[in-house]
Amino acid sequence: MAAEQIESLIRAGIPDARVEILDLAGDGDHYEARVISESFRGQPRVKQHQRVYQALGGRMGNELHALKLSTAVPE
Amino acid sequence: MSDVRERIEQIVKKDDIVLFMKGTALFPQCGFSSRAVAILDHLGVPFETVDVLQDAEIREGVKSYSDWPTVPQLYVKGEFVGGSDIMMEMFEAGELQQLLADRQIAKA
Repeated sequence: MAAEQIESLIRAGIPDARVEILDLAGDGDHYEARVISESFRGQPRVKQHQRVYQALGGRMGNELHALKLSTAVPE
Repeated sequence: MSDVRERIEQIVKKDDIVLFMKGTALFPQCGFSSRAVAILDHLGVPFETVDVLQDAEIREGVKSYSDWPTVPQLYVKGEFVGGSDIMMEMFEAGELQQLLADRQIAKA
């Protein structure tokens, strides 16, 4: 899965999100994503991650094997 | 499917800390599972592991049980806490230690 595709799926699901994708191994399979969104404010961390996974629409754990995820609200 | 839910519910309620993972605590079969075990080891608390590679029903069932797409998954006192990224973030922030203290889980 291409990094751009991950980014655009997350943006489509969480429109105000700032998304940074890092290709960890250069193999198109191991990524790190940092997602920052005002809409995360007040939500527990589990919920924030679940919203990113929902935006990825079932690809997580399938086409997308390894995504190290961190979420935050803007400072 | 409801049978799987019941099985998972029994597992997560039987022990204070349960980690669903790929492989065993001694021989993790995936980097994320290995990281989750390392965090729990570091915290020095007793925990039970379930190897999802040995049980296809649990492997799929645990994903819908928690609405979480991947393994490892950590449960404390029957409650889903998160995967390895969340465990690491919480550990670094001291929140995991606090959660265990709040739930009155003592070190081994």
